[in-house]
Amino acid sequence: MKRLLKGGRVVDPANGRDGIFDVLIDDGRIARVGKGLSADGAQVVEIPAAFVITPGLFDMHVHLREPGQEHKETVATGTAAAVAGGFTAVACMPNTSPINDNAGVTEYILQKAAQANLARVYPIGAVSKGSNGDQLADIAELRAAGCVGISDDGRPVKTALLMRRALEYAGMFNLPVLEHCEEPSLKGEGVAHEGYYASTLGLRGIPGAAEAIMVQRDIALAEMTGAAVHICHMSAATSLRAVREGKNHGVRVTCEVAPHHFTLTDESLAAPVSYDTNMKMNPPLRASVDRDEMLKGIVDGSVDAIATDHAPHHYDEKKMEFDLAPFGIVGLETCISICFDRLVHPGHISLTRLVELLSTNPAKILNIAAGSLSEGAVADITLLAPDMAVVVDPAKFRSKARNTPFGGWQLKGGVAATIIGGRTVYVNEAAAGAEALR
Amino acid sequence: MISKLRHKDLLGIADLTPDEILLILETAEAMREIGERPIKKVPALRGKTVVNLFFEASTRTRTSFEIAEKRLSADTLNIAAGTSSVVKGETLVDTALNLEAMAPDMIVVRHAHSGACHMLSRICKAGIINAGDGMHEHPTQALLDAFTIREHKKRIAGLKVAIIGDLLHSRVLRSNVQLLTKLGAEVWASGPPTLMPPGIGREGVRTTTSVDEAVEGADVVMLLRMQLERMQGAFFPSLREYFSVFGMTHERLRRAKDDVIIMHPGPMNRGVEIDSDVADGPYSVILEQVANGVAVRMAVLYLLAGGAEHEAAA
Repeated sequence: MKRLLKGGRVVDPANGRDGIFDVLIDDGRIARVGKGLSADGAQVVEIPAAFVITPGLFDMHVHLREPGQEHKETVATGTAAAVAGGFTAVACMPNTSPINDNAGVTEYILQKAAQANLARVYPIGAVSKGSNGDQLADIAELRAAGCVGISDDGRPVKTALLMRRALEYAGMFNLPVLEHCEEPSLKGEGVAHEGYYASTLGLRGIPGAAEAIMVQRDIALAEMTGAAVHICHMSAATSLRAVREGKNHGVRVTCEVAPHHFTLTDESLAAPVSYDTNMKMNPPLRASVDRDEMLKGIVDGSVDAIATDHAPHHYDEKKMEFDLAPFGIVGLETCISICFDRLVHPGHISLTRLVELLSTNPAKILNIAAGSLSEGAVADITLLAPDMAVVVDPAKFRSKARNTPFGGWQLKGGVAATIIGGRTVYVNEAAAGAEALR
Repeated sequence: MISKLRHKDLLGIADLTPDEILLILETAEAMREIGERPIKKVPALRGKTVVNLFFEASTRTRTSFEIAEKRLSADTLNIAAGTSSVVKGETLVDTALNLEAMAPDMIVVRHAHSGACHMLSRICKAGIINAGDGMHEHPTQALLDAFTIREHKKRIAGLKVAIIGDLLHSRVLRSNVQLLTKLGAEVWASGPPTLMPPGIGREGVRTTTSVDEAVEGADVVMLLRMQLERMQGAFFPSLREYFSVFGMTHERLRRAKDDVIIMHPGPMNRGVEIDSDVADGPYSVILEQVANGVAVRMAVLYLLAGGAEHEAAA
């Protein structure tokens, strides 16, 4: 079946495009992108001028919780949340139960993803067996089963020696190592950023240096081995300084920042609600200097990707004493609105840069042929409505979980529709004109 | 002068205005007189139910609250976490909701985790009194400390108060910093840098690692307990070394004002943060603090239960 998306603004950094173009989809692939394309047997969809057509958004850091923690999220609910957030693909971290450290778990996740038939799911395998940091997982086997990277996310790769070996060994397959950077002894029993607010509230602190030390270790090892390391959910100004320096010296280091780390600070621990467990995540909300530096990195290009670290938890688990509640917040269904409202509309970044951060670069880092509207590419497309008014209502999330710090936020910009392999998988009824994409 | 508190709860000194603090201290003066009568009981809280919900062991504070409640004729009951359904795995929220269903008027809570009382205050209609939450606040301790200081010095404003010890893990420090700075005292905090809470300077506290500097010209010296049970890892080399660098001795006290008073919230580690000669010496008001605790807690209970206005309405 042929479909012609007529007259939207196409933003496709991979092909250097930003302008009004028609997009012809044929048999699930992009057939042509150009001006005044002939309909010629295709179903014509008039795209409202206010919409922006981009390559499918790609969240390279989510937790889908399946297998083992289906009370928090499943592959089906997580991918439903993804498409509602405009994401056509997600990379899911291996800290499931059991850990995704063998082909059996990888295949199980992919099977669940195929059944759900929503966002594409790219599993990340474990670096070490059980993510225990002792022995490498069967990395070739994980890769053969479909893993696109390795990580012990939730914890750092335990020793510098194991990290060295992981980089060397995975480098053979050009698999990136995705690192949760945290020096465990400095983190200790910490639950919030070490600073004035945690101190006043009597909460144990996690200093920014706990992250930066591990970033510095991994950059040194990436330089030594020549392999690629990716820094997950970076939050501290000192870490970003190390990444910039690594990049300047030609080290293969990339990094991602989560929306909460370029919007919120540790002040949110105290107000408007004190000890709100939806403000508890790891790495924690940091000081305003850190938040401002993350924003600067997004603007100047030293940050490669925006990823949500979507971490669903059950209501009961979060309704605990702050010390006892689990770390993490959901992010799939709020990400794009936050990015529009806090990055694009205030003029910090262009739409092109936004698409690089949320599509082109994540695909590049994970070596996946996605993130472009090139002719012949799979037709994974996101239609955005930059001027749409959005009020974050957790009750309407497609995710099983509601643990967001953004509930009630009024934002400008959202998703109109999500198309995967030429098939419309999500239409936002609140976006005027999106109905035509059904 | 105001006559009532704005909130149904006392979660921390941070939520009180200077006028509210003074109201509690003035009310405590009247309450202390009740404790000096042959029959130490008034009907102010007759028919009110107060639950003492203690998730952490406490002798002094729990006893002090219980005596205060009984002197005001409240019906009181004590729940210690060890004997409740908490050990069966019930969450704090469920425990609170079950208690709430039995309609107590006030719940006095001590809990090992900071913010537990805030959580309960959002769930419960009953007034919540924080009797110490984690490393956060212990408001009635700071109030009784202020009461004791006022008794001796007739004022708080302008006094130099040196607080020395394990500052990092101390809820007493946090409540006292809030209270003393609100009432205009000059607060100095001293201890090893490893036990200094980050950002404490933002509250207007002066910090120093020199005990001598902190004690110099002080009107009040308050020692805090080394909370060995809350410490993970090495914050200082040994108790012996701590005492030699920071322990309060007669020698060190010479730098303070002649009429200095020595305070300690207890329980004391003699020979660690305080020399026995100082603890038992002429400037020590440590046992007066304990005595005043009852009057201050009576005042808090009375004011939160509605005070004079409430009685009139009934």
